[in-house]
Amino acid sequence: MLLIECPYCGERSELEFVYGGQAHIARPKNPADFSAQEWTDYLYQRDNIKGVHAERWRHTHGCGRFFNALRDTTTDHFITTYKVGESPPAALNTAKVGP
Amino acid sequence: MNDGLRSVVGGRIDRARPVHFTFDGRELTGFQGDTLASALLANGVHLVGRSFKYHRPRGILAAGSEEPNALVAVRRDEARYTPNLPATQVEIYDGLEAHSQNRWPSLSFDVGAVNDLLSPFIPAGFYYKTFMWPRRAWKSIYEPRIRAAAGLGESPTQADPDRYSNRFIHCDVLVVGAGPAGLAAASAAAESGARVIVCDEQSEFGGSLLGEPDGERAPKIEDERASAWLTRTVDVLTRNPRVTVLPRTTAFGYFPHNLVGLNQRLTDHLAEPHPDSPRERQWQVRAQEVVLATGAIERPLVFPGNDRPGIMLAGAVRTFLNRYGVIPGSRAVVVTACDEAYRAALDLRDAGVFIATIADVRGHASGPLWEAARRAGLAVQTGTTVIGTSGRLRVNSVRLARVDDHGNVVGDVQTMPCDIVLMSGGFTPSVHLFSQSRGKLTWDDKVRSFVPADPAERVRSAGACRGTFALAAVLEDGATAGSAAAGDAGFVNTPRRPAAPAVDSAIGAYAGALPQPGHSVGAKAFVDWQNDVTTRDLAQAAREGFRSIEHIKRYTTTGMATDQGKTSNLNALGFVSHEIDKPIPEVGLTTFRMPYTPVTFGSFAGFARGDLFDPTRTTPIHDWAARNGAVFEDVSLWKRARYFPREGEDMHAAVARECLAVRNGCGIFDASTLGKIEVVGKDAVTFMNRMYVNGWTSLAVGRSRYGVLLRDDGFIYDDGVVARTAEDRFHVTTTTGGAARVLASMEDFVQTEWPDLSVWLTSTTEQWAVIAVQGPHARRVLEGLVEGVDITAQDMPHMSVARGRICGVPMLLFRVSFTGELGFEVNVPADFGLAVWEAIYAAGQQHGITPYGTETMHVLRAEKGYIIVGQETDGTVTPDDAGLGWAIGKSKPDFVGKRSLQRPAMTATDRKQLVGLFTLDPQVVLEEGAQIMCERGQQTPARPIGHVTSSYHSAVLGRSIALALVAGGRARMGATLYVPMPNGDVPVQVTSPVFYDSEGARLNG
Repeated sequence: MLLIECPYCGERSELEFVYGGQAHIARPKNPADFSAQEWTDYLYQRDNIKGVHAERWRHTHGCGRFFNALRDTTTDHFITTYKVGESPPAALNTAKVGP
Repeated sequence: MNDGLRSVVGGRIDRARPVHFTFDGRELTGFQGDTLASALLANGVHLVGRSFKYHRPRGILAAGSEEPNALVAVRRDEARYTPNLPATQVEIYDGLEAHSQNRWPSLSFDVGAVNDLLSPFIPAGFYYKTFMWPRRAWKSIYEPRIRAAAGLGESPTQADPDRYSNRFIHCDVLVVGAGPAGLAAASAAAESGARVIVCDEQSEFGGSLLGEPDGERAPKIEDERASAWLTRTVDVLTRNPRVTVLPRTTAFGYFPHNLVGLNQRLTDHLAEPHPDSPRERQWQVRAQEVVLATGAIERPLVFPGNDRPGIMLAGAVRTFLNRYGVIPGSRAVVVTACDEAYRAALDLRDAGVFIATIADVRGHASGPLWEAARRAGLAVQTGTTVIGTSGRLRVNSVRLARVDDHGNVVGDVQTMPCDIVLMSGGFTPSVHLFSQSRGKLTWDDKVRSFVPADPAERVRSAGACRGTFALAAVLEDGATAGSAAAGDAGFVNTPRRPAAPAVDSAIGAYAGALPQPGHSVGAKAFVDWQNDVTTRDLAQAAREGFRSIEHIKRYTTTGMATDQGKTSNLNALGFVSHEIDKPIPEVGLTTFRMPYTPVTFGSFAGFARGDLFDPTRTTPIHDWAARNGAVFEDVSLWKRARYFPREGEDMHAAVARECLAVRNGCGIFDASTLGKIEVVGKDAVTFMNRMYVNGWTSLAVGRSRYGVLLRDDGFIYDDGVVARTAEDRFHVTTTTGGAARVLASMEDFVQTEWPDLSVWLTSTTEQWAVIAVQGPHARRVLEGLVEGVDITAQDMPHMSVARGRICGVPMLLFRVSFTGELGFEVNVPADFGLAVWEAIYAAGQQHGITPYGTETMHVLRAEKGYIIVGQETDGTVTPDDAGLGWAIGKSKPDFVGKRSLQRPAMTATDRKQLVGLFTLDPQVVLEEGAQIMCERGQQTPARPIGHVTSSYHSAVLGRSIALALVAGGRARMGATLYVPMPNGDVPVQVTSPVFYDSEGARLNG
């Protein structure tokens, strides 16, 4: 069971959270202008990263807020969590991953 | 009771407290502090079980939780019957009733032992290869018989009456294992002020120290006897309020982010457990730092006939002797590849046991323990191995010889009579938890084992579990690890390092099978005792081309028993490495998975059983429904009244009566479980326009509309009536089961996609009780009860909403119908729900008001062709498929799912569409989920063109009706299709999904 730091509430057990898929995929403002292929990519294509992954979580059984996290998929270690609307920290590619 | 089986003094048993117990009905006596294993040995019982596959007689091999053979069942009563417990872990108490397993009719005469004679015909993979035809016989004949013949204990026959508790806890330092390393670590961490938890699977702390001799020959720690140091150290830890001391507690699993699962056994060792005590408690420990001090497990040696009762691990014999005062034999042969066995031989000799010989398989022996053995006059033969043993129910001799690399016996074969054999192949560090934590392991050639390398969590290993064995080094390692762990958790300290002897007895190790004479036939050399895997099975797997250890494990089942190969994995690996001529690190290691030792299901279930398994949601009207005979069904977590049978009615009759009551008079229905979300804010209408397919801008305050929600992939997600109760306020209803996910989805859009919108969402599901009053007399029933609202057809037409009062309490009244009849839904604050329900019910008596349940509701809505999300839809149905294309707000530039509806696949004409079906025989009711064919008698592979989604007998129509999704269904009106059933195809005619009052006259009445 992961230990997740909600940017609003602090560290809580994974029990309180719901995973929300890959982060930073904004819904297009103008879907009608998207080709069928572009729209399909938006709907269905997601990264499957071995390494640091930017992903969404929701503190469902807490403050109810969505937030983003960087997690290393090989170790399950979180590098950081941050609020919706914020950019992922620049450390994304250079973060030391480990205990 | 001393017949030479107990030492005169010593041991940690309480000789003043005899304990009476039974084994297979035989009355025996042990002492307080004995395990079942030590007590059996003290009674001269070596034969304790039959092996899994060959039913060979088996004895006690080990002294700890790694024991593969001595599995027993312990019975307290019919329901409290626990199979497959290692006798080495069962603490005896007065009245303990233990039984051996896997034997018939008795342990000493077991018919299944014929398998041993047949063994040349049942090699690895035998079952897979042999019982292939006829295929059908596998389930009915082969598998049940194989399972009955093979096997472990039997399951209890009744539900577990015990309670199991669980606890979450945080600590600075968790120490797993309370041997010398763990105690040193816990002490060092505790001295720094850290919150420490220290647990050990055994009944007593001390680990390997418990197996050391006391008195003069006791090892010294800090100038005192080890036992005194142990008592003092445990006492200091126990008194420290920041230290939690947990004996009988197994750390069974290591989960991400330093969450460690502990299972504490609270009552299994007690003769009369307190009735209020849980049997076990599961701890979920979130530790800042973890110190693993899990010790090491002694490795058996692999030689022919190495499984006879009386052949034991050398360290286990030492533990039985020194900890329990048990002398397990009178004439011993020692076979070893490790110095540890010399210590065992010396201890045994001091207890008066004759040591026939020490066969050291190594070509050369040296070191202080060897010297001590020589000084004591013990015979040591180097370069000597065991080539066979004899003794049916207990070993009575071994054959020793020198064997060269080509499998030739060099010199004479000696036959040594004995009644006990000690063996030691060195020690395997217990890296299970470290490996579970995803830490990397590395091969250590010195100890012939894998040891911890890079950690993946905040974890340290100390002592024997990382290949450090000499007591002085172990204590220092533990103290250093405990101190460093506390330091990393933020506690400054300088550890004391307890001084102790530096003699390392764990020098020397062997992995694989000892050299054997070539072409030996008949005798089996066991690698895995519990699953009866021999060298021959592994050799066969290698011969048949298996190379991966993971495949070899599954083919031969080595390491797959309840002990998970604790004593066997390294020998299997060593043997395979030799067979396929690849070094062990390249052969690799099978994955360590939790649990370390078996954990009861009860421990995982904890309190979540029966009524506490899941929360139950009930409506304010629930008790009324129960009093009035309702049969309930589960809808998500809700209990909903399904129908209200009267005397002598089955569901069919009750539903038919309830349906007709609504159609012809008036029904009352508890719709409180409907999901309700209040959408509020100046941008509420914008939000609604974006979320729903419908347009909301033109919806006037006081009106409602049927809304459809899609996911962005264009498929129906949920539906429900939405009322506009103010310019900036919508009262949204959802399906009962969909309420939480709809709110979550809406929150997702509000928080992450449209944070600029000024809109707030609140779940109001449980704020309102919703009472549906439906039927031609509905208005007459309510007329006299409502205040401040005119419910005439003119003033309150279909789909209008009004605030008012009923029975003096505030009300939000919907003119709405899910039945096709004139209908209202009375919303009142939940606390008034029951009172208002009862008032309506009383007022409706003169109009024949009838309570109805969800089953009737389903039939009534199906008669009208109204869909139920999750029944007519399955996540692949678009609004147009479901006949709801009319709901889409065509002029809106965008809404969730809109773009997807234009994808080519979503507009294809052969998509499955909602239609009605009439069976040609009106009394035949189709099966929901049945497939639909366009021709009769199709052979497999058939090509279904659709499926039945809803099917009922309609009382008002006097015939069956069904809804279905059929490819291009709307273009097939009037066509005959076929529903294949076991008794033949059922012909059906495609029709409109609206079966009743298609012009809606009743609805608008």
